Amino acid sequence: MNWITNFVRPRIKGLMGSKSITSDTLWKKCSGCGEMVFHRDLIAAHNVCPRCQHHMRIGAKDRFTHLFDDGAHEKLPSPDVPQDPLRFRDDKRYADRLKEYRTKTGLNDALVAARGMLDGLPVVIAVQSFEFMGGSLGLAAGAGLVAAMRTAVAEKRPFILVVSSGGARMQEGIFSLMQMPRTTVGVDMLNEAGLPYIVVLTDPTTGGVSASYAMLGDVQIAEPGALIGFSGPRVIEQTIRERLPEGFQRAEYLLAHGMLDMIVHRRELKDTLSRVLRLLLKQPAPQRGNGYAKPNGAAEAAQPAPRA
Amino acid sequence: MNVFLDFEKPIADLEGKIEELRQLGSGKTDDEAARNPPVNVEEEIARLQAKSSQAVADIYARLSPWQKAQVARHPGRPHFSDYIRGLIADFTPLAGDRLYGEDKAIVTGLGRFRGRPVALVGQEKGNDTKSRLLHNFGMAMPEGYRKVQRLIEMANRFGLPVISLVDTAGAYPGIGAEERGQAEAIARSTQACLSLKTPFVATIIGEGGSGGAVAIAAANRVYMLEHSIYSVISPEGCASILWHKSDKAADAAAAMKITAQDLLSIKVIDGIIPEPVGGAHRAPERAVQVAGDTIERALNELSGHPAEELKRLRREKYLQIGTLETA
Repeated sequence: MNWITNFVRPRIKGLMGSKSITSDTLWKKCSGCGEMVFHRDLIAAHNVCPRCQHHMRIGAKDRFTHLFDDGAHEKLPSPDVPQDPLRFRDDKRYADRLKEYRTKTGLNDALVAARGMLDGLPVVIAVQSFEFMGGSLGLAAGAGLVAAMRTAVAEKRPFILVVSSGGARMQEGIFSLMQMPRTTVGVDMLNEAGLPYIVVLTDPTTGGVSASYAMLGDVQIAEPGALIGFSGPRVIEQTIRERLPEGFQRAEYLLAHGMLDMIVHRRELKDTLSRVLRLLLKQPAPQRGNGYAKPNGAAEAAQPAPRA
Repeated sequence: MNVFLDFEKPIADLEGKIEELRQLGSGKTDDEAARNPPVNVEEEIARLQAKSSQAVADIYARLSPWQKAQVARHPGRPHFSDYIRGLIADFTPLAGDRLYGEDKAIVTGLGRFRGRPVALVGQEKGNDTKSRLLHNFGMAMPEGYRKVQRLIEMANRFGLPVISLVDTAGAYPGIGAEERGQAEAIARSTQACLSLKTPFVATIIGEGGSGGAVAIAAANRVYMLEHSIYSVISPEGCASILWHKSDKAADAAAAMKITAQDLLSIKVIDGIIPEPVGGAHRAPERAVQVAGDTIERALNELSGHPAEELKRLRREKYLQIGTLETA
């Protein structure tokens, strides 16, 4: 480390824009099929591989841009919570780990919530993203979720959760476990207020998160191929000492076993959310030139009389 | 037959000597010494017994978190059915989730607790190979958690208080459990607990493992036996994930704060139920009655609250845990 690396190089980088133009940013390797995908194509497809349709993990920022009208939203404040309540330490201090992730992701914790409009409907959307310590559930995410749900109740907005989480944050021990009943109270508040609570399960959603608020949605949507379950596949394999069947705990498997309402491609997600919310809220269909509001399959035909 | 834990070796040695002396005293051996005991056998036994009792008291007064985990899992520890036998009259088990099957890892039923009709729920681990297999070592399937939902819904309608006795390493991790929606079953069970409008008292009698425990423990009052544990993941599981080796379980147990004493100090539980000296397994019947006294007191206190208030207070309790004001 010297004057040149510490001072001059950052200045040069700054002058050239924050990201240097390298193959890293122009092309991205698909984590599904391994193909190199042109960055711009990937952005246009909301990080779904155009070749194999693999849904790559995305963070709160991209979700908000995608789901809110024109990407416009207002972040909800995240409540102050005790940091590192157990003064936990494994190979590393939990406090240091938190700092690292905050620097790396620019997030305060795994959950970010915002209010805005979705297809003209006022909504609250919370995103729990895997990039921050595996999306794990601790005091911050739990308190953030409940606060966002309270906001939704106060402003009579439906609530959408887009979740990706490995489960409980072990470094917060019992406080992490206690977020399961705590967030369930939040879900009950939405239910009692008659507000729709839609969950979008993305890859992966397991453990204490799937075993509480993430499975309590009025409508349960999943992205294709998402791993969803209570126990992680490795734990199950170790317990039963058998190889797990192909496709086990994937969204398609859950749909077939009655645990989901639907699997929705990312490009259809916003329209699907809008349609479901408008039906639940008895709102008129949005005016679009795409036949959206017409009866399925029989756009111009007269509606058949309902059977008695 | 006594089962001694690793750290109980000094006790095991003393008990062994006492047993030897007893056999000498009763003349069961042909040994020369047996016919001419060098000292007064009775006196020596009494001396060793005092020493052994002291060793038990000393060791159990300063158990490490990892040692407590072992005591919490002690095979001789009173289990759900011991509590039922000791505390509940007219016990009437109710089986099945009406959807798929009957899961014997969780037992639910009705009974009279010190005169008052109650609904009961808890995990049963079993106490020999046959019963352990029957109850799947207290690790429940989705059916178990759906049976709990059914029981709580019924307790709600009939105004019965609910007593929950928690003793599980966790919900079962298996193909069938996942296939039938373990996560959803646990989530709905917790939700059912939170919707209840009658007094609800949960006691961790052994192991309170993860979501599989909290699903029947989101109660108005949560107590723990003195040497029980309650944690987000087993110490072994935590060690293998965070330390990448399971032999760090003792470190993980200490770091996670899993003991009754730790959890009371951070206000996650409402009280500790003292165990007989040397752990509940040394005097199971007494341990059960002491737990019964605490549960009875809690039910008496709670029964003064109106129904809606019980639900509101329970929700507040979980909203408050770990907030800046309570930490």
